[in-house]
Amino acid sequence: MRCFASWLRTHNALNNMNIIGSLIKKEAIHIVRDRRTMIVTLFIPLVLLLLFGFAISTEVNNVRVVVVTDRHTDTSRAVSQALAVNSYFSFMGMAPEAMVEPLLKEGKIDAALILRHDGASMPHQVIVDASNPSVAQAAVAYINSVVSPQVSTAPAIITRTLYNPQMKSSYNFVPGIMGMIFILICAIMTSVSIVREKETGTMDLLLVSPVRPGAVIVGKLVPYFLLSCVILAVMLTMAYTVLGIPLSGSVVSVVGVSLLYIVLSLSIGLMVSAMVDTQVSALIISAMLFLVPVIMLSGMIFPVDNMPVALQGVSCIIPARWYISAMRKLMIQQIPVTEVATEVGVMVLMTVVLLGVQLRKFSSKK
Amino acid sequence: MQLRTLGALLRKELVMILHNPLIPRMIVALPVMALLVVPLVATFDVKNVEVAVVDDDHSQLSRRIVADLDASPELVVTALPPTHAEAIQLVEQGRADVVLSIPLHFERNLSEIDVEANGVNATKGMLGMQYVVSSVGSTLRNVAREQGRDVAADDASVIYRFNPTLNFRHYMVPALMVFLVIMICGFLPALNLVSEKETGTIEAMNVTPVSRTVFVLSKLIPFWVTGLIVVTVGIIIGSTVYGVVPAGSLGGIYLATVLLSLVMSGLGVTIANKSATMLQTIFVMFAFIIIFQLMGGLLTPIGSMPEWAQCLTYAIPPRFFNEIMRAIYLKGAGFGELRSQFLWLTVYAILAVTCAAVTYKKRSGG
Amino acid sequence: MNGNDTAISVNELTKKFGEFTAVDHITFSVRKGEIFGFLGANGAGKTTAMRMLCGLSYPTSGSGTVAGFDIASQGEQIKRRIGYMSQKFSLYGDLTVEQNLRLFSTIYGLSDAEIKSRMAAVMEELDMSGMARSRVKSLPVGWRQKLAFAAATIHNPDIVFLDEPTGGVDPVTRRRFWELIYRASSRGMTVFVTTHYLDEAEYCNRISIMVDGRIAALDSPAALKQKFHAETMDAVFRIVAQDAQRSE
Repeated sequence: MRCFASWLRTHNALNNMNIIGSLIKKEAIHIVRDRRTMIVTLFIPLVLLLLFGFAISTEVNNVRVVVVTDRHTDTSRAVSQALAVNSYFSFMGMAPEAMVEPLLKEGKIDAALILRHDGASMPHQVIVDASNPSVAQAAVAYINSVVSPQVSTAPAIITRTLYNPQMKSSYNFVPGIMGMIFILICAIMTSVSIVREKETGTMDLLLVSPVRPGAVIVGKLVPYFLLSCVILAVMLTMAYTVLGIPLSGSVVSVVGVSLLYIVLSLSIGLMVSAMVDTQVSALIISAMLFLVPVIMLSGMIFPVDNMPVALQGVSCIIPARWYISAMRKLMIQQIPVTEVATEVGVMVLMTVVLLGVQLRKFSSKK
Repeated sequence: MQLRTLGALLRKELVMILHNPLIPRMIVALPVMALLVVPLVATFDVKNVEVAVVDDDHSQLSRRIVADLDASPELVVTALPPTHAEAIQLVEQGRADVVLSIPLHFERNLSEIDVEANGVNATKGMLGMQYVVSSVGSTLRNVAREQGRDVAADDASVIYRFNPTLNFRHYMVPALMVFLVIMICGFLPALNLVSEKETGTIEAMNVTPVSRTVFVLSKLIPFWVTGLIVVTVGIIIGSTVYGVVPAGSLGGIYLATVLLSLVMSGLGVTIANKSATMLQTIFVMFAFIIIFQLMGGLLTPIGSMPEWAQCLTYAIPPRFFNEIMRAIYLKGAGFGELRSQFLWLTVYAILAVTCAAVTYKKRSGG
Repeated sequence: MNGNDTAISVNELTKKFGEFTAVDHITFSVRKGEIFGFLGANGAGKTTAMRMLCGLSYPTSGSGTVAGFDIASQGEQIKRRIGYMSQKFSLYGDLTVEQNLRLFSTIYGLSDAEIKSRMAAVMEELDMSGMARSRVKSLPVGWRQKLAFAAATIHNPDIVFLDEPTGGVDPVTRRRFWELIYRASSRGMTVFVTTHYLDEAEYCNRISIMVDGRIAALDSPAALKQKFHAETMDAVFRIVAQDAQRSE
């Protein structure tokens, strides 16, 4: 480091581009040398995509259900049969009524369907574990849709899903994961690495050198920007090939909006690094102020529409919310880029304000 | 001798934690904030599903269907576009979630009726569709009954066990405590140990005769206490603000908390032992925590995962804590019903603490 | 020199990091009560050698004993009998002077009564009586270094290892620090000190000059000056280190 600073001093005449170039190189070497962190930054998005794509989903399936009946009839057989072949259920067989309660309590089943024979008609009852209300509601709706056709003859209601025909929740998550990963890499990694230089004192070394503060910042940011671009490419490729998310029409706008979001996240990282003096604080602040809200408020997992109005207001100042909303429209609904003008506008505004404030702050230190 | 040393080390940890500008506040503020904000945000309850109806029939029946839709608590009929194309446009603009198309002469022929849902948000689309189907279904049944045709069975009567009001908060409050214990007891000890590495104080310890078990214990114990504080704050807020009171024993909750904090802090210390920098520690820890949260059944039901993923969740310790919390809180389950979960957690706790002690090296190279 | 007189003895001690040989077959011994200086440029291997002696790092090859214990297999026994002050300031900044000293005394197994009397003596000696309750973080560098020395010697170890103890402090503070070292030595404590200040070399009974991981010269300052026909240690060092390959 010391050699580097003196080198800078003696080569003062060199143009700024060269200096930025070597700063970028220095930072890139730092990033690449920490192999474990590198692996983790690539590993997290891949694992998340795979988990969301194949393992977890907010949709409810494999509802474990038992049937309780007082008499075996054609209808009760038909209902059991329908449950057994329906992919939303794991049909656990018939059970005596007394077993329902203990099975529910131990968490061995999610619901029990009770069929009673009462003359010609057959009223049925569902007992469901409502610890998770959304699972319970979905289970009841599924059971009704299985039972009703067996016992009535109403006109057919044909259902269809637009944009996401298999109702795969992964479609919904991909934008959310991207929103989170770029905060992680751009905001957290950048702020921690800048604060680390503050802690070790190398930042002062750079600031007393004739390098312009702007150049120091650019030198810090570019490598993380490049790293994010690599991850963006990896994620889009994965989303397209492995998850089968259609991208064809909108690739240019998806990349464009993502790059804007990456720059915005980098400015957040800068802002955090200006706020704190220790790595721990930088981590805690970026995680608490940015990462957790991204997960909770951005609509990544919980839909924004369902939040109380006040919190919907709060979610407006969270960059990821706008990014995710734009990405959903572009990637999944495949609607033209003009439809996301609001989102893009807000993000541009945030970036300009943040970068402007940070650059001014940094320059005034010199 | 060993106990005295442990006491002295614990005193040191306590002074350091209390003197940190962020950590004590975080231990209290994070649970308070999370429990006050998140239950408002984190809901899969689907409300205000916006329905656009394309009514080509303009009959008495079709008007009745629309009126019944609008009257149902979850649904709002927001538009009656004249053509299907316009309805789809509303969906693209995000102004409708479900499109219901009633064909010409529906009242006369009782032919098919189409329901289309926006699949971008799979949960909302799916449930919204179910609500529309069941509302239309009940309207048609009522009409049939009034006309004296085919008195079909009604939808089932439903008993919602353990959470009769289907209040999502009953589900979220215990889940949040799991989330908090994972975060706080995982990150803090890791950060604590790695910052001793970075400042070099760990060197001063390594050159003393302190045994590594004692040293590692002095890093773990403060975070069991932290875990207990977090859970206590959670229980207090849960019962005062949301009226969610554990149905089962507090002893079970606290025992499980101690076990999980052991698992998480043991893991944190292990990772810190193996890492050189703070960034590395955090990123590796983050990878674990995000997988724990996603695969632990906190946000999405484990039952909905495919078979192989369900098997993987046995490697996710918070899964068991989550089950324990939910069962004790909502179902009032006791140790008998939760024997296997406690057993798993204990195994993981022993494993994590052993790993933490074994990977802590007082000496390098060899 | 008979065995009972020896505090440290090292034979062909070597440490490699991959291809790089940080410490290259060094052999020397230190008598009890001696102030033994380890002199060398940055990167010459002083700290690495000292870390092996303190049981912080395993030697790649070679053997040695410290306070009568084997450095390869009896690291933990050694740790009971030595004190160590690292290059990096390594007391807990958030703890007060008193809390730090109490922590280290307890770790070394001093009884409460001993702790009380030792602490009083140390505070007196360091002239820090009024500062017992100040947080270490807020002390000036010179004070912190004295305090780190006190923490390393609070249990009256047989040997104390000081790794560049006076880095970054002014000459007056350095002199005072050396007075502490002399006082400890006069009580019979063996002092093993690394430094790159050549004037400090003069304060040692014997010094060894490390160049590129090897011991290039070892004797008392006077003998070294005579041997190399030099007026000052500075000149001696320049002659000995002229072939050095490594430097920062």
